[in-house]
Amino acid sequence: MNATGIGAAVRRKEDQRFVTGKGHYTDDVNRPGQCHAYFLRSPHAHARIKRIETKAAAAMPGVLAVLTGVELAADKIGNLICGWMITSKDGSQMKMAAHPAIAHGKANYVGDPVAVVVAETLAQAKDAAEKVNVDYELLPALADPAKAQSEGAPQIHEIAARNTIYQWHLGEAKAVEVAFNSAKHVTKLDFINNRLVPNAIEPRAAIGEYDSGSESLTLWNTTQNPHVARLVMSAFVGLAPEHKLRVIAPDVGGGFGSKIFIYPEEVVCLWAARKVGRPVKWVAERSEAFLTDAHGRDHVTHAEMAFDAEGKATALRVKTIANLGAYMSTFSSSVPTYLYGTLLSGQYEIPAIYCEVDAVYTNTVPVDAYRGAGRPEATFVVERLIEVGAREMGIDPADLRKKNFIKNFPHQTPVIMTYDAGDYHASLKKALEVADYGGFGKRKRESARHDKLRGIGFSTYIEACGIAPSQAVGSLGCGVGLWESAEVRVNPTGTVEVLTGCHQHGQGHETTFAQVVSERLGIPLENVSVLHGDTDKVQFGMGTYGSRSGAVGISAIVKALDKIEAKAKKVAAHMLEAAEGDIVFADGKFTVAGTDKSSAWGEVALNAYTAHKFAGQELEPGLKEGAFYDPTNFTFPAGCHICEVEVDPQTGESEIVAWTAVDDFGTVINPMIVEGQVHGGIAQGVGQALLEGAVYDKDGQLVTGSLMDYCMPRAHDLPALKVEMTRTPSPSNPLGIKGCGEAGAIAAPVAVINAITDAIGSEDLAMPATAQAVWQALQKAQDRRKAA
Amino acid sequence: MPAVALTVNGKPVTGDVDPRTLLVQFLRENLRLTGTHVGCDTSQCGACVVHVDGKAVKACTVFVWQIDGANITTIEGLADPNGPLHPMQEAFREHHGLQCGYCTPGMIMTAVDMVNRKGHDLDDPTIAISAAAPATITS
Repeated sequence: MNATGIGAAVRRKEDQRFVTGKGHYTDDVNRPGQCHAYFLRSPHAHARIKRIETKAAAAMPGVLAVLTGVELAADKIGNLICGWMITSKDGSQMKMAAHPAIAHGKANYVGDPVAVVVAETLAQAKDAAEKVNVDYELLPALADPAKAQSEGAPQIHEIAARNTIYQWHLGEAKAVEVAFNSAKHVTKLDFINNRLVPNAIEPRAAIGEYDSGSESLTLWNTTQNPHVARLVMSAFVGLAPEHKLRVIAPDVGGGFGSKIFIYPEEVVCLWAARKVGRPVKWVAERSEAFLTDAHGRDHVTHAEMAFDAEGKATALRVKTIANLGAYMSTFSSSVPTYLYGTLLSGQYEIPAIYCEVDAVYTNTVPVDAYRGAGRPEATFVVERLIEVGAREMGIDPADLRKKNFIKNFPHQTPVIMTYDAGDYHASLKKALEVADYGGFGKRKRESARHDKLRGIGFSTYIEACGIAPSQAVGSLGCGVGLWESAEVRVNPTGTVEVLTGCHQHGQGHETTFAQVVSERLGIPLENVSVLHGDTDKVQFGMGTYGSRSGAVGISAIVKALDKIEAKAKKVAAHMLEAAEGDIVFADGKFTVAGTDKSSAWGEVALNAYTAHKFAGQELEPGLKEGAFYDPTNFTFPAGCHICEVEVDPQTGESEIVAWTAVDDFGTVINPMIVEGQVHGGIAQGVGQALLEGAVYDKDGQLVTGSLMDYCMPRAHDLPALKVEMTRTPSPSNPLGIKGCGEAGAIAAPVAVINAITDAIGSEDLAMPATAQAVWQALQKAQDRRKAA
Repeated sequence: MPAVALTVNGKPVTGDVDPRTLLVQFLRENLRLTGTHVGCDTSQCGACVVHVDGKAVKACTVFVWQIDGANITTIEGLADPNGPLHPMQEAFREHHGLQCGYCTPGMIMTAVDMVNRKGHDLDDPTIAISAAAPATITS
């Protein structure tokens, strides 16, 4: 390892511009002649749009256009789509309802755009929007997913009877039933995985621009995957042919999944830009973010785990209703199915698993992938069952986990996945040491002396990252391949540009990707630039989500570097007048083996371009190589988080007093950045467990529609986190990387709930475990004890 | 259109503004100082914090005419552009105190204000609570 290579805690290259305010986010971009869009949104969750009167608005000062779903349809702008086809257990295809970028005929959630006003200034657009008169006929609304399939529930889309999008299943129902019939102990739980609002701190934004000379469109957009956005907007929405549409994702201020999806507003900005002949800019307000960014989670689940007399899990049965909201967002269908059901084996050897998932429409904002996407929900199911099972059977929860851990790899689970490497004992053992599990009893007694209830909770989670191989995901219904591309361009002076199809929005790729190049080529970190986020620069790529950039994106860079090295060796062989096979490349130097004849990296780069030492017929000039990398398997990061809480029984307030995270991410490029990812993930997971919860009332109004009503975690909600790592490299990619971006958010919620339920002696506790919820659970437990 | 005159990062600036123009809009749109970002437009997140006469203020909370004559420092004016980083900027960089960087200018301006106000009285609990007070979200 060199000082800036793989494994070095290098300070981030991108930080210089961020700490000085020199980042370039979408809202920092202004185009010549730009005008502004303001969306008028449905205030009703479910309403027929009888008429929209726009004349008065159009006559307001500065207004350039007032557009509705009628004009959108007239211009034949296509619908937004969901790109992962799920097949129901009866063989029928999922019921994808039409999703126009502006509601046409009917509004299906509060926030559904019904008109857009384009004006010289944003203030003028807002003023004019007040003059748009929409005649709504209110329809009964449906917000509760548990009631979506009931007889008499409001029907949202004609295509989906009883609001059911699909009824999917995975695993062997019969084998599970047999196992349950002979079980010694069965643990049963009903719970809701609470609905979350992503709240990336940078609101979504878009600028559409039309160049009539070249008949091409350009979109600046807060997206995690500019090429996917371009593909969908070209192939499905039909805004322009792919080669006539450029998507630029500049610095993006956080995504957490919510900026993967293709949203109505960017479609409308491009469409309106062509209509008014001016660049059109839209920036979301926070209240619009609450109402329109795809939400996360929202599962209603019943789960049962069967154990034998020794405490070995013999079967798992899960039934979930997943709320997908009013329309199917871009990857929504995959989240409660292939990102959820396939992880239900956890870290355990469970011989039989059966999972049923009904996805339903409701009059709420669409639900899609949010940090972890399906895997936090799966982890919550498995880790709650194991923890509660241990308590019910009187077995130490750490011991019950050890008893059930998968020990041999590769391991084929009953739910598709083949775990290729891991050491679950090692991470648990280290976590028990770091958390001083042995001293917990003493700490609990100490807390009791201060009238506090102390509890400890485990989460031995697993996740699947680097979602691929393409062939495998294709066979499961995914509409795209999930490989990644890279291009390495060596300049004549030896500096290097790396173009990647991944996109950074906080992950630090400009540093970590450069570290890989620095180590491989033996050149200083500052001589490497990482370029991303522009479809005119990077040919194609799948973007960043699912903790894939390390495992898949870096692997593509490694493949391209292999080709660079091979070509550079040919150049060096000509320069050194030696056979190509005798050239050794190490520490930035090409040497003829067994001699002291050598050429430095920079000399070889220059010679590749001057091309004076070789004939063009035998070797092409230049030094630039590309690679597409398709992984051979998913990667399986796993680990053990231990949360310790103190609960005040008088108020129900929970304080997290200690947190231990021991994660196995395989090879780590930059431990400082990885630790930062773990911190952020835990903070979000703690947010879900203690504070966050999107609440819709029965009429489909979002009652938690601002940061005053929806509580995000802050510094004082978290203790100092103890973060450690174990390492079993992934055998499925060249560097052994597993991915780290989502682990914290996957592991954390259930660790918190396991800790609080341990403290209060009651399993009946829903997320978010606010002081009120915990206090009520304590009272109910007391009442139960009194009655008994 | 009220006329306003301010000092921003040491330089005198003037402008005729619509009365509803917020300080953050004036900085970003009129002066093109885009380092100050808007995260919530409801005065909760703290991404838009700048210093007004030496004190941390959420720039989405005040109309620019309300602070006519004030002395404003934004992230762009915290350190000499040709010199080293301000120690707080350097500390954020050194200790990986940022990821996407969007709220970072507001966090840094808030942190500088905390040090100015509390000096050596700052300890971890004070920092946690003070960070919550001008409302800067952790994730």
